[in-house]
Amino acid sequence: MISYVLKRLVYVVPIVFFVALVCFLLVHIAPGDPLVSILPPDASVALQEQLRTAYGFDRPLPVQFGLWIMKALGGDLGTSIATGRPVLTEVMRAVGNTLLLAGVAAFLGFLAGVALGLLAGYFRDTWVDRLATGLAIAGVSVPHYWLGMVLVIVFSVQLGWLPAVGAGSGSWRFTWDHIQYLVLPAATMAVIPMGIVTRTVRALVGDILNQDFVEALRAKGLGEGRIFAHVIKNAAPTAIAVMGLQLGYLMGGSILIETVFSWPGTGFLLNSAIFQRDLPLLQGTILVLALFFVFLNLLVDVAQAAIDPRIKRS
Amino acid sequence: MPKFNPSLLRGAALAVLMLGSSAASAETVLRIAMTAADIPRTLGQPDQGFEGNRFTGLTMYDALTMWDLSSSDEASTLIPGLATEWAVDPQDNTRWTFTLREGVTFHDGSPFNAEAVVWNVEKVLNEDAPHFDASQVGVTASRMPTLRSAEALDEYTVVLVTSEPDSFLPINLTNLFMASPAHWQSIYDALPEGEARAAQAWERFAADASGTGPWKMDAFVPRERLELVRNEEYWNADRVPGVERMVLLPMPEANARTAALLSGQVDWIEAPAPDSIPQIEARGFVIEATEQPHIWPWQFSRLEGSPWNDINVRKAANLCIDREGLRDGLLGGLMVPATGFVEEGHPWRGNPEFQITYDPDEARRLMEESGFSATNRLRVKTQTSASGSGQMQPLPMNEYMQQALAECYFDVELDVIEWNTLFTNWRLGADAPTANGAHATNVTAATMDPFFAMVRFLHSEMAPPVSNNWGYINEPLFDELADRARTAFEPEARDAALAELHQAAVDEASFLFVAHDVGPRALAPKIKGFVQPQSWFVDFSPITIEE
Repeated sequence: MISYVLKRLVYVVPIVFFVALVCFLLVHIAPGDPLVSILPPDASVALQEQLRTAYGFDRPLPVQFGLWIMKALGGDLGTSIATGRPVLTEVMRAVGNTLLLAGVAAFLGFLAGVALGLLAGYFRDTWVDRLATGLAIAGVSVPHYWLGMVLVIVFSVQLGWLPAVGAGSGSWRFTWDHIQYLVLPAATMAVIPMGIVTRTVRALVGDILNQDFVEALRAKGLGEGRIFAHVIKNAAPTAIAVMGLQLGYLMGGSILIETVFSWPGTGFLLNSAIFQRDLPLLQGTILVLALFFVFLNLLVDVAQAAIDPRIKRS
Repeated sequence: MPKFNPSLLRGAALAVLMLGSSAASAETVLRIAMTAADIPRTLGQPDQGFEGNRFTGLTMYDALTMWDLSSSDEASTLIPGLATEWAVDPQDNTRWTFTLREGVTFHDGSPFNAEAVVWNVEKVLNEDAPHFDASQVGVTASRMPTLRSAEALDEYTVVLVTSEPDSFLPINLTNLFMASPAHWQSIYDALPEGEARAAQAWERFAADASGTGPWKMDAFVPRERLELVRNEEYWNADRVPGVERMVLLPMPEANARTAALLSGQVDWIEAPAPDSIPQIEARGFVIEATEQPHIWPWQFSRLEGSPWNDINVRKAANLCIDREGLRDGLLGGLMVPATGFVEEGHPWRGNPEFQITYDPDEARRLMEESGFSATNRLRVKTQTSASGSGQMQPLPMNEYMQQALAECYFDVELDVIEWNTLFTNWRLGADAPTANGAHATNVTAATMDPFFAMVRFLHSEMAPPVSNNWGYINEPLFDELADRARTAFEPEARDAALAELHQAAVDEASFLFVAHDVGPRALAPKIKGFVQPQSWFVDFSPITIEE
């Protein structure tokens, strides 16, 4: 197992380097001037050049990339052009908020998805199956920012039960004063993994129930409870893999939901970094999110291998 | 009959007293949703344009000169701030003497004096000063382009020196906010030696700000909230805030702001979406909207070969737009039709001969005089963006323009690009490859002071890369009048020159003037005492909360 984990870690290095290169280049290829957000419209050429030199934008791209990656390895992602604050501090604060939101959404989505998927798989072609499948399709099809707005209109504007936007007073605590800010964005976000996990688990359960070993177990006289445990064990690796990827997507793909709810996470940060064309902040945020995705994949692979020895052998 | 129970009465009386005292001690809080995606910088020179100055500049800080924000009926004028009076040296028009207000202290308790002014000038102009901060230069230096240095004559007198005679200096100085040198120094001294020591000191200063303003920083969570409390010792007793705490929340999305207001999460939102206004009003909220010093124009290219070099074409375009229709239809009343950089009643308006109205027949006649017709149409290309600070509703508004101008033999092609790219292109000029051959650009602008309102657009020396004369206008009359305004040191003479400049600019149809923004904001009915001035700025001091 240790050699498997080490091998996977070695694979991660070139992936991370490639991700860093792509995110650096993509951000630099985009048109526009990175200093425009802090330069007034009538800034002199001398002032523009002074600031360009101060931020290192006057150097050739390969040099800029080399310096950036070297500093990043030392934990320095530079300074935000717009705020003057260290990018790492900005990103980590946002990552904390998004991790909380994505974690709760993933947990809710996974629970609901597994439950609905099992129901649909066990009761195939019945009204239970149709209902669960319908919910799953709605979960993956509905525009999530629209769903967020509907929830806000109903639960905040009309009923006044929950706050419409924000994350509370700043320092997170697990009190109702804080949790209430989490309910609507987490519920909105949870429908994505819920839909996907439901569809996956339903298909898996259907396949597993049709396999010979289930018949064999039944023939041996095992109770349905024991058979259910076997089904779960066989479905778990794939469900975990799907969920791991979903958590990665939730971390990076929450930009619209975080904007709708003004949730101060990575999506919100990316949105303002793009809007302000804050290159160091944009690069730093994308890099940290990419690293999350890569290491989450690694974690999922390791977890799968731990559950299912066939994966490790392959 | 029940027996009288004195202890019950005492308990009830105590409860009433406690209730009363808790109601009396309950803090009054004003919660505001800004359109900014982040808290504007808090270290003295805010970013995020004039929204930054509104919320983290004029609240925690003061400048030597200030805008009078007490009237909604009249244009805001310049009034004394931390300087009580000022005068230009009659022998040398590049030297200004400012007399400072005595007895003012920063929030940290240190005194405000001439040395503090010198220190604050040096923070953006003297690269050798230990507290020089390049990140503040961009949002400051170009708003006072001629300011060169400051020297203290005595404790309460300071001399500011400009590179050339410039009567706009006192107006420009409204943008130089006075941060506390003593507080910065104490932070700096506590930091270890190192290359980035000054930058780190500024970063920490931003998290623990100290100015002389009517509001003091109390809590700051970057990108989430800024909490200000009233400064009981503010030097102007009339402007000690009526509300005890103000909470500023960044909410860039208009629907999110509206939902926050309607759900009672905030008391005040900036720029509600026009289509949400009826719902907001139906719920009892108050919409405030007053003409702002702002222009939403098409700025013409005057390069050789540009169709806008023909004054008939420029006038025709100006006469072809039904601005009232745009206001009442598309924008739900949230604009003022523009017939110049400033409107009737403004001291710089003048008496233009060319009356900008909706007269499509006259527009077609002018076009025909220049050889255009229904079968020989004029193709023009305009750059714009899909969104952006102050851009109002650029796409639908430009489509409206496209449709209106089609009636006057114009075929308009819109080149829609990203906001920051458009903004950058603005400085690069109409002849830059990035203009994509456009004949006009649609960038909105603040028009608070003479330089921003007109001089930067109309003076030939302000052509790229110097400033925003994007289309390379080169009219000797404009140059002469702009120079006269800049070297007129009596307000009346300066305003007279500016009025002449404005009159000439309208008579020449130098821009396609379309709209002025009205700075709409929605307020909870419990907010009392608010005055919506004709300004980008707001005075939060007179506001009270009545539940």
